Amino acid sequence: MVENRPLTNFCSHAVLIFAIAIIAFPIWITFVAASHDAVRMTQTPLPLLPGDQFFINLKDTFTQGVGNAREQSVGLMLMNSLIMAMMIAVGKIIISLLSAFAIVYFRFPFRMGFFWMIFVTLMLPVEVRILPTFEVVANLGMLNNYWGLSIPLIASATATFMFRQVFLTVPDELLEAARIDGAGPMRFFKDILIPVSRTNIAALFVILFIYGWNQYLWPLLITTDKNMYTIVMGIKQMLEAAEESPEWHLIMMTTLLAMLPPIVVVVGMQKLFIKGLTETEK
Amino acid sequence: MAEVILEDVVKAYSKTEVIHGISTTIADGEFIVIVGPSGCGKSTVLRMIAGLEKITGGIIRIDGQVVNKLEPKDRDIAMVFQNYALYPHMTVFNNMAYGLKLRKFGKDEIKQRVDQAAQLLQLEGLLDRKPRQLSGGQRQRVAMGRCIVREPKVFLFDEPLSNLDAKLRVQMRLELRKLHERLKVTSIYVTHDQVEAMTLGDRLIVINEGAAEQIGSPLELYEKPGTKFVAGFIGSPAMNFMDAHISRDGQWALMQGDIRLALANGGVPRFGGQQVIIGIRPEHFKIIVKGPQSMLLTVDHTEILGADTTVYGRFADTPGLITIRLPDIHHFKSETILPLSVAQAKIHIFDRETGARI
Amino acid sequence: MLKRTHFNPSPLPYLLVTPQILITIIFFIWPASQAIFQSLLVEDAFGLKSEFVWLDNFIELFTDEIYFNSFGRTLLFSSLVAFLSLGTALLLAATADRIVRGATTYRTLLIWPYAVAPVVAGALWMFIFDPTLGIVAYMLEALGYDWNHRLNGNQAMALIIFAASWKQISYNFLFFLAGMQAIPKSLTEAAAIDGAGPAWRFWTIVFPLLSPTTFFLLVMNIVYAFFETFGIVHAVTKGGPAGATEILVYKVYNDGFIGLDLGGSAAQSVVLMAIVITLTVIQFRYIERKVEY
Repeated sequence: MVENRPLTNFCSHAVLIFAIAIIAFPIWITFVAASHDAVRMTQTPLPLLPGDQFFINLKDTFTQGVGNAREQSVGLMLMNSLIMAMMIAVGKIIISLLSAFAIVYFRFPFRMGFFWMIFVTLMLPVEVRILPTFEVVANLGMLNNYWGLSIPLIASATATFMFRQVFLTVPDELLEAARIDGAGPMRFFKDILIPVSRTNIAALFVILFIYGWNQYLWPLLITTDKNMYTIVMGIKQMLEAAEESPEWHLIMMTTLLAMLPPIVVVVGMQKLFIKGLTETEK
Repeated sequence: MAEVILEDVVKAYSKTEVIHGISTTIADGEFIVIVGPSGCGKSTVLRMIAGLEKITGGIIRIDGQVVNKLEPKDRDIAMVFQNYALYPHMTVFNNMAYGLKLRKFGKDEIKQRVDQAAQLLQLEGLLDRKPRQLSGGQRQRVAMGRCIVREPKVFLFDEPLSNLDAKLRVQMRLELRKLHERLKVTSIYVTHDQVEAMTLGDRLIVINEGAAEQIGSPLELYEKPGTKFVAGFIGSPAMNFMDAHISRDGQWALMQGDIRLALANGGVPRFGGQQVIIGIRPEHFKIIVKGPQSMLLTVDHTEILGADTTVYGRFADTPGLITIRLPDIHHFKSETILPLSVAQAKIHIFDRETGARI
Repeated sequence: MLKRTHFNPSPLPYLLVTPQILITIIFFIWPASQAIFQSLLVEDAFGLKSEFVWLDNFIELFTDEIYFNSFGRTLLFSSLVAFLSLGTALLLAATADRIVRGATTYRTLLIWPYAVAPVVAGALWMFIFDPTLGIVAYMLEALGYDWNHRLNGNQAMALIIFAASWKQISYNFLFFLAGMQAIPKSLTEAAAIDGAGPAWRFWTIVFPLLSPTTFFLLVMNIVYAFFETFGIVHAVTKGGPAGATEILVYKVYNDGFIGLDLGGSAAQSVVLMAIVITLTVIQFRYIERKVEY
């Protein structure tokens, strides 16, 4: 910045540190709660500093389960979340790449019609068409399985738009050169287009993985079989149980586990994440 | 209007020093150009004068006042940025008026000053436009106008013409010079383009790697470059450099291919017997009738530019090509041998180690 | 829009768009039209036969005081969430943008709540505000303020607003910071030379130039508060106490899945769709007006 005023600089840092402290406070409390035993977690005031039960709680969470979600293991729920998130992310990327390729590189009847049809999906989040979509999935026999969890969510207008944008910036000369070299459409797609959009694909993957992992309403609707529960749903079940027999130390441990994968992805792939976020949404 | 004095100005980022102590006095109303290759620190010097960079060491005075601790707005300077930095959401009028409004000028005064500047810069019809509706040259003028209306003590220019195309650049260069002659405001102008520097500046500061190599009028720099760097930087095509050996009595420079150049003004006896570097500008070679004094250039290729011809060739086994520039059109086949001579006064000698002029 | 050169006509493009189009039709367009269709029907109590009633469901909806209140609550909720998270994010981004050293570290420490699922965010806030055990509730108690969001509707509303805003700050922060960093530095420098101090520079230069970002975020935040906060409400308050936090998207779910009022729920869906479509169209019209530096 232009001015160099030590006091203003100090204040800037103070504001940021204070904000980070406030924002991190819930997480800190969660971590603290996950590191105490059941007895300590029923006495007010609750502790503000971590205890020594963290690894015992971690083990208990995996081996015994929590609350009325006791019958299904936390490990299984994590696995379900991972499978769902991966299927959604990979599925969205594949079908968006294909349709963006068709729309940018071919001239065919109904091209714009298809384009608008894809655009519509942007306007209809799951939340506004819950019941009829549920009926469709039920009629197709896709309740309580991974297909039902992921396929209805993999149509993506944003991803298609982004790839369209990326493809439009690929110089025409590349296609001309490929055609002179004798490459057909799919060869061009595989050998040239996919490699040049590598970073965009990776950036989008980060966003979509988090989107998939954090799905809540949809799994809530279509899974009744406890073996198909995802971790995010599982937390809800535990919270309900907490009203009778609070096992906050285990619930908070599970919450930590549910937050961890997406946070690791976001923080670990920060650059890609920010690129993906600011480029897809604009 | 004011004098600007730099006393041993130093800039360092954490531990690395990038400007190593520059001192100069810029006279009231002078147009001074800071010139050097990209990355040499010339913009940093300008930004320190502007107050956009902290001064690590030394003193900067504007109009007698030490400004080291003053914020940009209190230094009474105005600056034209390389990308003009026009406020995109404001009209041309508001762009020019912004600084005046902040300084609490009255509405009438603002209007009068902006109108006057607009007239001077031929922007009258454009006052209601937004910057994006203007051409490059017009934006350039608005940026100038923003400076003029404030009537500051000093104008600072940070490569203001580098975003324009070649033709417009020549035109704006002329306009800038004329403007300075009318307003007579002390101006400091940064550029990497030596032609711009030579044509605009009353004096030039040549900067290389964070140090001032030489300060002087354009002609001084051209005729008596203080260092090998300045000699190579000023003038186009660039000066030729050749290794040479000074004869024991210091009267002659001996080069490969049996070339003997007689040195002017009694030679350089102090350097008798030493290895030096000889510099000769391309335009100072003349074709002569073959004689004992001549240097024989074997032509490699020529570029005919119409007004003059550039010939590239070699003296005997010298490494690298020698450039010579001859007026008019000449057709030389490759491998032609040209006998050349150079006036004694046009031979520059530089120390091999330090690059300093001898 | 389209490349200068393309491949020769063939059935291939149809094949390529098929998966996307199939999914769109089956899971988006068909259910959406079903919703529209059902919104015009009334089913009897046993779901045996249904009757076409034109716009009766909508008329009922808009004359229903409960729905009307829910609408008002949603507007209040969304504007508070948008205001709180945008305001905080703007302040933090402006502060982080000033800082030369350590800006990346601060960014890292501020972005991760984006990755937290709404339900999980709800769980965190629910825990620290738990009336019997929660640490913040305990502190408030100590200060003489009685906190019980299970009984007090306003407190319940405040809690879901906090949780929803908390999660959204990082998203807004990233966009504001990116927007500010896209403004050429020389503009603020020019303003500083023109005589503007830091605060004044922010309001006359940075904030106006940020307006496309701000507008984009405003729409995105409203969409977020309208639809994506379902998880928070469902986990923390379940619309209670006494419907005090029943926002529209929760009501659609509740009336349809729990209350099994198909026609009414479908009509609500259609209203929500209209809202999203309006917001999206506004968004796209505005995006054209970008600032050029």
